[in-house]
Amino acid sequence: MPFSSLETLKQRLDQREVSAQDLAKLYLDRIDAHNTLLNAFVHIDHDHVMAQAKASDDYRAAHDTPRPLEGLPIAVKDIFCTQDGPTRCCSKILEGFDAPYDAHVITRLKEAGAVLVGKTNMDEFAMGSSTETSAFGPCRNPWDTDRIPGGSSGGSAAAVAAALTPAALGTDTGGSIRQPAALCGLTGLKPTYGRISRRGIIAFASSLDQAGPMTSCVKDSAMLTAVMSGHDAGDSTSVMDAPTIDWLGACDQRDMKGLRIGKPKEYFIEGMDADVRATIENALKQCEALGAEIVDISLPHTESAVAAYYVIAPSEASANLSRYDGVRFGQRCDNPEDLNDLYMRSRDEGFGNEVKRRILTGTFALSSGYYDAYYIKAQRVRTLIRQDFLEAFEKVDLIATPTSPITAFALGEKADDPLTMYLSDIFTIAVNLAGLPALSQPCGFVNGLPVGMQWIAPAWQEDCLLGAASAYESATTWHQQHPEAFQ
Amino acid sequence: MDIDVRKIAQLSRIRLTNHEAQELGPQLNSILGYIEQLQEVNTDGVAAMAHPHDSAMPLRSDIVTNSNRRDALQAIAPQTESGLYVVPKVIE
Amino acid sequence: MSWEVVIGLEVHTQINSKTKAFCGCSTEFGAEPNSQTCPVCLGMPGQLPVLNNEAVQKTILTGLAIDATINLESKFDRKNYFYPDLPKGYQISQFTVPLVEHGHLDIPVEGGGEKRIGITRIHMEEDAGKSMHEGLDSVSHIDLNRSGVPLMEIVSEPDMRSADEAVAYLKQLHQLIRFLDVSGADMEKGQFRCDANVSVRRFGAPLGTRAELKNLNSFRFIKQAIDYEVVRQIEIIEDGGQVVQETRLYDSVKGESRSMRSKEEAHDYRYFPEPDLPALRVTAEEVAAIKAGMPELPSQLRQRFEREYGLSSYDADVLSQTLELARYLEDLIAAHPANPKIAANWLANELLGRLKESGHEIVNSPVSASALGLLLDRIADNTISGKIAKDVLDEMMRCGQSADTIIEAKGLKQVSDTGAIDAMIQTVLDANPDSVAEFKSGKDRLFGFFVGQVMKASRGQANPALVNERLKLLLNS
Repeated sequence: MPFSSLETLKQRLDQREVSAQDLAKLYLDRIDAHNTLLNAFVHIDHDHVMAQAKASDDYRAAHDTPRPLEGLPIAVKDIFCTQDGPTRCCSKILEGFDAPYDAHVITRLKEAGAVLVGKTNMDEFAMGSSTETSAFGPCRNPWDTDRIPGGSSGGSAAAVAAALTPAALGTDTGGSIRQPAALCGLTGLKPTYGRISRRGIIAFASSLDQAGPMTSCVKDSAMLTAVMSGHDAGDSTSVMDAPTIDWLGACDQRDMKGLRIGKPKEYFIEGMDADVRATIENALKQCEALGAEIVDISLPHTESAVAAYYVIAPSEASANLSRYDGVRFGQRCDNPEDLNDLYMRSRDEGFGNEVKRRILTGTFALSSGYYDAYYIKAQRVRTLIRQDFLEAFEKVDLIATPTSPITAFALGEKADDPLTMYLSDIFTIAVNLAGLPALSQPCGFVNGLPVGMQWIAPAWQEDCLLGAASAYESATTWHQQHPEAFQ
Repeated sequence: MDIDVRKIAQLSRIRLTNHEAQELGPQLNSILGYIEQLQEVNTDGVAAMAHPHDSAMPLRSDIVTNSNRRDALQAIAPQTESGLYVVPKVIE
Repeated sequence: MSWEVVIGLEVHTQINSKTKAFCGCSTEFGAEPNSQTCPVCLGMPGQLPVLNNEAVQKTILTGLAIDATINLESKFDRKNYFYPDLPKGYQISQFTVPLVEHGHLDIPVEGGGEKRIGITRIHMEEDAGKSMHEGLDSVSHIDLNRSGVPLMEIVSEPDMRSADEAVAYLKQLHQLIRFLDVSGADMEKGQFRCDANVSVRRFGAPLGTRAELKNLNSFRFIKQAIDYEVVRQIEIIEDGGQVVQETRLYDSVKGESRSMRSKEEAHDYRYFPEPDLPALRVTAEEVAAIKAGMPELPSQLRQRFEREYGLSSYDADVLSQTLELARYLEDLIAAHPANPKIAANWLANELLGRLKESGHEIVNSPVSASALGLLLDRIADNTISGKIAKDVLDEMMRCGQSADTIIEAKGLKQVSDTGAIDAMIQTVLDANPDSVAEFKSGKDRLFGFFVGQVMKASRGQANPALVNERLKLLLNS
């Protein structure tokens, strides 16, 4: 049962085969058994989980119709503010920060009857691709515990992959949902920017951040997104007139007849893992067999995406992280000599190296004399990257690429080389710059490690992503494979 | 391009030890070296893009919706006194 | 005098919306410290701004009143700096594309006439909180009630050529803002604050290096600070030195300014587009609707007072100086519609003087417009004379009672009974037979003497017109 999908668990709850409390207990036991090794969760409150499960069972007993996520355990990344328990963004600087509010998405999950099982590990402030920069120590990949689970939502990915929870939420600024989903053999959806409210989600790069689900199958992602999405008057970038979607209906698609899939040449390059490439090529052949037409396309500015991203994201982050100053909440250094010392030392002691690197990079890119050459230039390149996609979508319905150029790498392998680490996001970053929806789903294995395929759709067409991914999923069994050690 | 790490660190209000400055300097320079490739992209006549969508800003009505939650909000503050946040003396 | 002074002003004025710029916290002045804060204006993690429409409307209204261009699409930017009263570590402001641009204000100049001062832009931004140091040894206290209160920053062109012009501009702007009701503009409460950019040059020379004077919070200090700065700069140049571009803080107690250069050096605001706020768009129709609802401005009011109420241009000017005064006049005329001109006279010549003596403002006048209107009614219906009415007004100022109560209590009611007046006249005539004889022999000017005697006998309460009429009759009989 632990590896069941949300959909299956929901059926069993609805048929009274299990209670929400049974499920909570089941997953809490698994967390107790495996979390020491995986370090997927950084905060768990057993009593609080059981209390939520009981409240859900009570609700079910008292009402004719259960709510959409009634009794289903969901884990959330430590980046979502929750009134219950600590919120740390896996940073020392948020020590003592117990958010006096819930993120909008958390409110929606609660209103839908979900049982929140705890906070998952992540790269500090979501800055990283391996969940190694966490103040709570690195998280491990259930498929090979000497390897990283990807990042920054690595804790959520590892937790779902090892069935410590049936589903989890992540956030994605440059691939932080899709890359760990790929490296842990899961489905991860980054919706269109503006689809889901960012209110109460600790900001990394405001024009790129978007929350989304990480699940064991496509339909589960649809179920969660259906609950999470919609306009929030408290987030001015949450789009008011976004086209609505039949989230679950979109997952009924079983073939790809007439679907034109673009295969961008810039995403199949020298230097990427040859086996990963072959795995994706093979998956695309299966899509053809399902009726799709594969169209060779070009996204010519792909090469500049990483560079543009590493100007824009750190610039926004450098401002977003100024509020961590030791005055109103969070970490404050001992015995500050004066105000400057309070700032300098609290932030030195509170932030880890990767966060410091990004703040410094961003501060530099915005500083007088460099702003035009770096920040404005990157924003112009961003326009070109979006145009590439718009032009491509005149020829194709969807674009398919590898999610990551490599499979999960060993812990510590890239920790000392920030630039190489940055390049591991090479296939996911352009999507955030363009604000598009994208989904990663398992499509094979290389040396026992999962490989993910990324689908990219035009803005607001998540239904198209879900349809193609569902058709592919129904024709394959990759998503049904689970790491042996955690069966 | 050689970044003045100390100046940027002061602007960012992050103390750097000598050791940290020595380590971060080359790392930042290598990152900036990589970013330098942007200069090769022809962006003549291309508009800068700050937001993913060209949507307009929703506005809020002028209605007071918040009540006094000072005690709860200051419960997580490092130092307060009589409802005021306390910091080392600000010298102007 | 071969020096020309060049002044540009930046005015920060708090918009008087009920709530803050980006959250639903109250902006009420004087609340308990930090009692009007929330996660948004405290800059807590994950919190996002949502712009207050009222602040937008009032900024547009102000822009229209200075004949400016309203940008139908404007943008917000972040201005980055660390300060304990700036919770997010950046201020949300408008840097690249402000809501309002290219306006102007005409100010009166010495010797008559007007001078046009260009207004470069008005942009919206949020206020910071307050840091308090007084009476504290090694710490400062931070109150964030003001954090996030909406501000308009009104930036002028460097068009002013003297401290007097600068003050005239500020007074004109202050008056406009009050009339538009877009800000309380109370300088003591920091709702209307001014920074001045001052430079000097030889006539005909290019612009000199400017200093920015901060913290000018009264019209008097602004003049003092600018005058001080001009002398300082001229001395530097005449001594062969060079003015340094810097920020200076004016100390109104010492009457001098000091450099804040140490702080300035570290400043690099790193403006960039606010990613949490999409472009602000307004339609031409919305702007037209705001324009249609524009209240009367001082000059329009002055003209209407002359036209509709027949006021002298002097009275019209005096009574259109402040919105409160103009409102009082309108209320007074509503209470006493019979003779607006007399009403205006009483307000301008009688009430204002008394208010000044007793240290009151028109808004807290002990005599309300309707109370004064009743007094004027009593003159009009001959219950009391104008002279007695002035005494009644004195009494109303003192005790706050109505005119009728005072007239009744003091027995001041005017005597208009012919019989009673005839009796008083007869008494006076009987007591002065010689004067009567002289009058009858042709000394006409003694008529005034008799009137005075009768009024005296009536303790001022006799109806003067009736006294005249009856006296003529009885003397000639």
